[in-house]
Amino acid sequence: MAELAAVIASTHHPFYYRASTSTGADRPPFADEWVAKIERFRETLTRAEPDVLVMVGSDHFHQLWLDNMPQFLVGKAPFFDANFYNEEREFGLPRMTLRGEEDLAAHLLRDGLDRDFDLAFSNELRIDHSITCPIITLRPQADLPIVPVYTNIFAPPLPQPRRFVQLGRAIREMVESWESDKRVAVIGTGHLSLELGGPRQFGEHGPDPEFDRKAVEWIASGDIEGCLAEVSLDSLHQPGNATHGFMDFMLMMGVAGEGRKADHVDTLDLFHTMEAYFTWYPNGVPGEAASA
Amino acid sequence: MSRYLLDKFLYTVDRDPELVERYREDPAGTVEWWEAEMANRILNCTSDERSTWLEFTEDERRALREHDHVTLFQMGAHPFLTLTLFIAMFERDHGPLEYQKAYGKAMEHITLPYPDITT
Repeated sequence: MAELAAVIASTHHPFYYRASTSTGADRPPFADEWVAKIERFRETLTRAEPDVLVMVGSDHFHQLWLDNMPQFLVGKAPFFDANFYNEEREFGLPRMTLRGEEDLAAHLLRDGLDRDFDLAFSNELRIDHSITCPIITLRPQADLPIVPVYTNIFAPPLPQPRRFVQLGRAIREMVESWESDKRVAVIGTGHLSLELGGPRQFGEHGPDPEFDRKAVEWIASGDIEGCLAEVSLDSLHQPGNATHGFMDFMLMMGVAGEGRKADHVDTLDLFHTMEAYFTWYPNGVPGEAASA
Repeated sequence: MSRYLLDKFLYTVDRDPELVERYREDPAGTVEWWEAEMANRILNCTSDERSTWLEFTEDERRALREHDHVTLFQMGAHPFLTLTLFIAMFERDHGPLEYQKAYGKAMEHITLPYPDITT
């Protein structure tokens, strides 16, 4: 069976690419610290030596639209082209092409349907910055095949937070039951408190630092039950109008498991939003003796 | 009121570089043309297989014609779509982050709960 080599949860900040590649007067003052944190984060994936990446993200009204909106969707295709005109325009993101891992995608679809997740699928999916940002930060050589998993955190009505956790738990079991000798990393990106297009946007910090503090604690300690007790579709409006992206972090907590402390935790307080990076090694930290 | 149609306008304009410029330079003409030609186009169907029932209210037309992002927000247009398109049109006229901050400042009188964006 396949091995779950690493579970990684991250914010996806579309400005990282531009901040990290800019020079001279264009380089923002926080870029060097940000790059240093990203390079440490990247090492947590590299040392897991993955062969395949399951990438959990959310289309931002690029290919998926309100006339035909899936709640959860698996991409099954030999290739995935990436990034869209408006992401090049606003964020300077490059166009990319990633290989797909169709055998794992087919397994997730079949097994997921049989576990009562009515997953949609796409055989021609152009992926956006929710997936390419973590490729850029964690695997910039973009050399590994992926299985994209899109969630709807964006266009209400949305699935309940507990459903994201349940899907995360199922993804873990499905990856670990994939008949393969491959090492799989599951990488998902979301947001902490975030406001887009509302009065609280682009402040000195994220719109709700107290929510961010609690969220980081829930994720870092694997406190799924504590998180589910406080977070609802209604409550997520309070920290910022785009904070439903936090449910992708909840999905990743489901992959990592109840009570599982993250092996790597880092944050960076930026204007507009807080960055947060987490890595779990389900089978022990690579290169160290198993802890249990 | 059709939040869906407002969103469809913002979405189809934002993804097309030519339409972004056209809406910036001629908002009234673009809104009129779009409602006549595009509002009933189903994006994943051929051009003959159109819808027959989608139209703006006069208030929606006015908000779009006047580039009035505050009213669009209050009508429940998807804030991500509005923000992305308006940054594309107007950030160029301002210093770094100046437009984004002014955009938020123009809405500072709006308090929770925000208008529903469900379509």
